[in-house]
Amino acid sequence: MPKIQDIKKVLVLGSGPIIIGQAAEFDYAGTQACRSLREEGVEVVLLNSNPATIMTDKDIADKVYIEPLTVEVVEQLILKEQPDSVLPTLGGQAGLNLAMELEDSGFLKKHNVRLIGTTALTIKKAEDREMFKETMEKIGEPVAPSDIVENVEDGLRIAKEIGYPIVLRPAYTLGGSGGGIAENPAQCREILENGLRLSRVGQVLVERCISGWKEVEYEVMRDGAGNVITVCNMENLDPVGVHTGDSIVVAPSQTLGDKEYQMLRTSALKIISELGITGGCNVQYALHPDSFEYCVIEVNPRVSRSSALASKATGYPIAKVAAKIALGYTLDEIKNAVTKKTYASFEPMLDYCVVKMPRLPFDKFLSAKRTLGTQMKATGEVMSICTNFEGGLMKAIRSLEQHVDSLMSYDFTGLTDEELTETLHLVDDRRIWVIAEALRRGFSYESIHDITKIDVWFIDKLAILIEMEEALKKGPLTTELLKEAKRLEFPDTVISRLTGVSVEEIYDRRKENGITAAFKMVDTCAAEFAAETPYYYSCFGSENEAIQTSGRKKVLVLGSGPIRIGQGIEFDYCSVHSTWSFSKEGYETIIVNNNPETVSTDFDIADKLYFEPLTPEDVESIVDVEKPDGAVVQFGGQTAIKLTEALMKMGVPILGTAAEDVDAAEDRELFDKILEECEIPRPAGHTVFTAEEAKEAANKLGYPVLVRPSYVLGGQGMQIAISDQDVDEFIGIINQIAQEHPILVDKYIMGKEIEVDAVCDGEDILIPGIMEHIERAGVHSGDSISVYPAQSIDHEVKEKLVEYTRRLSRALHVKGMINIQFIVCGSDVYVIEVNPRSSRTVPYISKVTGIPIVPLATQVICGHSIKELGYEPGLQPEADYIAVKMPVFSFEKIRGADISLGPEMKSTGECLGIAKTFNEALYKAFAGAGIKLPKHKNMIITVKDSDKEEVVEIARRFQAQGYKIFSTSGTAKVLNDNGVKALMVRKLEQESPNLMDLILGHEIDLVIDTPPQGADRSKDGFIIRRNAIETGVTVLTSLDTAQALVTSMENKAKELTLIDIAKVKNV
Amino acid sequence: MKAFLILEDGTVFTGTSIGSTREIISEIVFNTSMTGYLEVLTDPSYAGQAVVMTYPLIGNYGICQEDMESLKPWPDGYIVRELSRIPSNFRSEDTIQHFLKENDIPGISGIDTRALTKILREKGTMNGMITTNEGFDLDDVISRMKNYEVTGVVKASTCKETFVLSGNGKKVALLDLGAKKNIAHSLHERGCEVTVYPALTKAEEILAANPDGIMLSNGPGDPKECTEIIAEIKKLYDSNVPIFAICLGHQLMALATGADTHKLKYGHRGGNHPVKDLETGRVYISSQNHGYVVDVDTMDPSVAVPAFVNVNDGTNEGLKYTNKNIFTVQYHPEACPGPQDSSYLFDRFLNMMEER
Repeated sequence: MPKIQDIKKVLVLGSGPIIIGQAAEFDYAGTQACRSLREEGVEVVLLNSNPATIMTDKDIADKVYIEPLTVEVVEQLILKEQPDSVLPTLGGQAGLNLAMELEDSGFLKKHNVRLIGTTALTIKKAEDREMFKETMEKIGEPVAPSDIVENVEDGLRIAKEIGYPIVLRPAYTLGGSGGGIAENPAQCREILENGLRLSRVGQVLVERCISGWKEVEYEVMRDGAGNVITVCNMENLDPVGVHTGDSIVVAPSQTLGDKEYQMLRTSALKIISELGITGGCNVQYALHPDSFEYCVIEVNPRVSRSSALASKATGYPIAKVAAKIALGYTLDEIKNAVTKKTYASFEPMLDYCVVKMPRLPFDKFLSAKRTLGTQMKATGEVMSICTNFEGGLMKAIRSLEQHVDSLMSYDFTGLTDEELTETLHLVDDRRIWVIAEALRRGFSYESIHDITKIDVWFIDKLAILIEMEEALKKGPLTTELLKEAKRLEFPDTVISRLTGVSVEEIYDRRKENGITAAFKMVDTCAAEFAAETPYYYSCFGSENEAIQTSGRKKVLVLGSGPIRIGQGIEFDYCSVHSTWSFSKEGYETIIVNNNPETVSTDFDIADKLYFEPLTPEDVESIVDVEKPDGAVVQFGGQTAIKLTEALMKMGVPILGTAAEDVDAAEDRELFDKILEECEIPRPAGHTVFTAEEAKEAANKLGYPVLVRPSYVLGGQGMQIAISDQDVDEFIGIINQIAQEHPILVDKYIMGKEIEVDAVCDGEDILIPGIMEHIERAGVHSGDSISVYPAQSIDHEVKEKLVEYTRRLSRALHVKGMINIQFIVCGSDVYVIEVNPRSSRTVPYISKVTGIPIVPLATQVICGHSIKELGYEPGLQPEADYIAVKMPVFSFEKIRGADISLGPEMKSTGECLGIAKTFNEALYKAFAGAGIKLPKHKNMIITVKDSDKEEVVEIARRFQAQGYKIFSTSGTAKVLNDNGVKALMVRKLEQESPNLMDLILGHEIDLVIDTPPQGADRSKDGFIIRRNAIETGVTVLTSLDTAQALVTSMENKAKELTLIDIAKVKNV
Repeated sequence: MKAFLILEDGTVFTGTSIGSTREIISEIVFNTSMTGYLEVLTDPSYAGQAVVMTYPLIGNYGICQEDMESLKPWPDGYIVRELSRIPSNFRSEDTIQHFLKENDIPGISGIDTRALTKILREKGTMNGMITTNEGFDLDDVISRMKNYEVTGVVKASTCKETFVLSGNGKKVALLDLGAKKNIAHSLHERGCEVTVYPALTKAEEILAANPDGIMLSNGPGDPKECTEIIAEIKKLYDSNVPIFAICLGHQLMALATGADTHKLKYGHRGGNHPVKDLETGRVYISSQNHGYVVDVDTMDPSVAVPAFVNVNDGTNEGLKYTNKNIFTVQYHPEACPGPQDSSYLFDRFLNMMEER
């Protein structure tokens, strides 16, 4: 029962699709909070457009609406569900912004709905730059000299007054979008123009540059009675200037004395008290490295990425406690769920060191600038825990899943000392590797510090790692040296590489000498009280605390690591559901994962949580202690799949589909054989190893061909080649991403792409539904708009799809999940890809059909048959609703990234539109993705020659919607010739006013630009697309998407029908 | 050089010697503060004890003389997981390694401090030995350890002579029972003239100076050992001069007024304990360092009533004396190390002197 007794029904706002700056942490916070509210008997209505989340499950909330997060939808939902309260602090910036709009319009007041967890005034005080400054001044908390501007001229004037360099921060944007540091008026103008456009309120803060100061954060909490506590403080290794989301962060702070620590703690508590926050809050500081001077950089009056990190770093569940506070409880009334002895009104004490590293997407955007600044670029992050910083860093590095395992992973040996010094000035994701090289060459700590401003304490720690590399290289590998190397978390593979001693021998010597990983508990209290929650991390040279327990069968569930493009939150959804299902089946469950943002690493999801890197050695250490009866790899995406072989070597049975069958699906020759046996066609193709072989294969098949590395996720490195020259280029790129596996060259068939997820019990299959992609083949399935049920295939094709799925599942002896992608061309059905594991579409298809796919698959893995589980095998009847899954991109955050869609996945998240009709579902999906048109009713169309004919009808339909169309000469001519009025606009290289001026003029809603295929991409197109994206214009690079968009505009319903998917039941 | 930490229960930890190589026997206690190692080392309340820091990385920001809470470090020994190889802070004047050596404090690093803490938590505070002698005889060591008692520590740690921090405000007499510097400083920065008296000063001498208020400080050891001081404090109690007492001072005032104290299983040492003000219901995060506690059930309610309570374990954290201008707390409003949330208590003391 809530403390405030008239809170009975609460609307919780989610954060929507995953984008850079707003990722899985809100699913974690939201899920935790919803459970916390329901514990108190509160009815929870949830709104979130992101279907890949756990919070949108019917087990988490009473009513679940996967609908666009727009003011109109929230208003309609409030009228429909009549909640008494809205909790907006769990949905990130998106949730807060919505709440503010509702409050500003008076809607909440009118309908007697209150905001809980915060007030409008609190949000304004923290988020409105001017009010924030005033508030800080009132309580004597320093902020950097600054001013708010609403136009470029004022901005330039203020910048001159403050003095360059200056920092520019647009108000009300995510992850610092559109912000940056300007060294001169030209840069200032550029950033201002962009920032003013991106800001919801058209304001940009111009601020003194405090770049190079120490960046320190505090996570603080306050209850309604005014009690305040600090959960955690964190120090960024990267000084101010790099967004904290892109920084290496350590908890607790390392280089602050008690005086500094307490000074900032007191300040943070003063701020949360003044803002009157009831719940959690994040305060970011810049601390002068040589004095006690500090500035408050930013306050986030809500749960955030940092609060998720702080929760995982300390074991203190901020979101859960925040939800209880919102219901009126005070901190001393809320039990500490970890110790079950102490209360939430205490401050966690760590007896270990936590290191967080960002996961940056530069492996996906090879053309993007790697520079890090005040605008966040990371898609996800990893966290590690160790008893020393060096070990924490080593563990974090190998958790990143980007082919790095030590400070030797990027090679800068080719640079001269001068070049190296130059490179040290570059602030990018490889900076610590550059510093490592500088240290190897004997650069002094001071010289490195002078350039990077990184505290020498951290530089010394890097030096300790370098010294260990050198000691190992020099040898001999004594037991003492091995012990020390392991204490610093050098993996056996790296020790082997440095010493020349084989991994097997190192392993044996470790065992002989008792140099094994010990597991320690994260207990919030540095062992002061006995804790009951088994949340563990490993370290060497210590006593093991993890106790083997229960006597139940144990299953190891391998998580999916950091959120990155191609492997998102959906795999966490699958891991968590699988864990819950194993638990119901009577298993003791053990989760291994290293992502602090996710639900899977919440301490009460599994019976045990190991916060560890997902490498064979790290997993083996856990296996040695836990001795699980089996491991399940099919729910953790490619990260988990990659561990299959290693697990088998350790003697851990793989539950579900056997490892050799997983292999068969990935190995071209084995797979071809299976397809042949099953009489299933696939596009002709060859396996090759060199560029020469690839070209030969391509010419045999005839261009266009698809070129891709085997064993990858998200289509990484996949390209459509139309000429020998393309093949040469692509193979070059593929070889850059450290390929040990062969390269596949396939005939490219232009057809409809169809996707099927199925559960197979070894005998029967269950297909919840068939999904169809809007974009034709060639666009990665993760980047395509996907529709369930498939709208344009006939009965005969459907039967074929089902039959092929059945044959393949049986041939691969699938036990559990399988995902198959087909191309349909007329009545021909080709298989293009088979993944004997869970996929990105599983959460959404589960929700729209009401069929709990992951639990079913888990039960099947445990030995139940589909029939026994009450399902008729085969394709399930179509649900009552149509669902459209819309990809969402974060292109504006990644400077220099090419946004054109292709076989390589680029989207960071997705949203869903669900409705009775296709058109309404499509409309909702676009709205959910933030595409709200029309605005100015001006658009630019410029398409490649092969699209010119097809674009005419699309253009005509946009025109009918009132759009004024601008085109470059070629496209304009075709349109005008066909009776669609198009205004000719000069190309980029031509004199002003040209296309660029049009885009920068801020009156354009939409750009349709289809780039020519192959490597021969026009530079113009690239520049146009980048500029459009960076000025906030919607850009479509596929005519199929454009057609879908205009269809949705034509069918815009007056009022949307909101659907509670918790009520969707499978027939 | 190898060093050993041997516990009374026979557990032996092997690590590396830090500081002095001198052999010591002491009472082993743990502190959970993540910052403030120098303040801990120089807190006289640790006299007679060896401190384990549960936070594993110590010495990161070096030694800043001005952060010292007294003139020298007090613990008999220092036990850590790891000492930072270099210090880094703009105020740092020395390394912790050198500081320990210079002050002849023996210590041990490189041991599993969490495992050690768990033993102390489960079995209670116990005695231990730090030695670099590899040939120690366990039985002999254990019997020697069993005889160790923390004694005479207040006398050892109090100031030798009275001294004055001049000011224009209220005149406060501070009885130094092993005081942390920041108690006097907190009063002084509020304008008080602070006269610091050695622990064995007679009440008459203090009262003769006609102070506006009396402050009883923190200090080390078993409060019941301080019988002479308790007798003097009783006289101060009877004097009607406003009194504010911290930690040992709080315990001695309780003993002087008829209550009892007892030793906690493993004490409270750190900067994260929640303390509830029973009058307002507000909870404050406190700095703590005590092994003994006032047995509040033995306090006659007509003499004093509980004013603060520890939210974690319900032990007494402060008393308000009935019909007296006296309040006392078990925890440390002077912080250093730890949260400054309770510094308002000094203001309360000032108000009390004002209202008198």
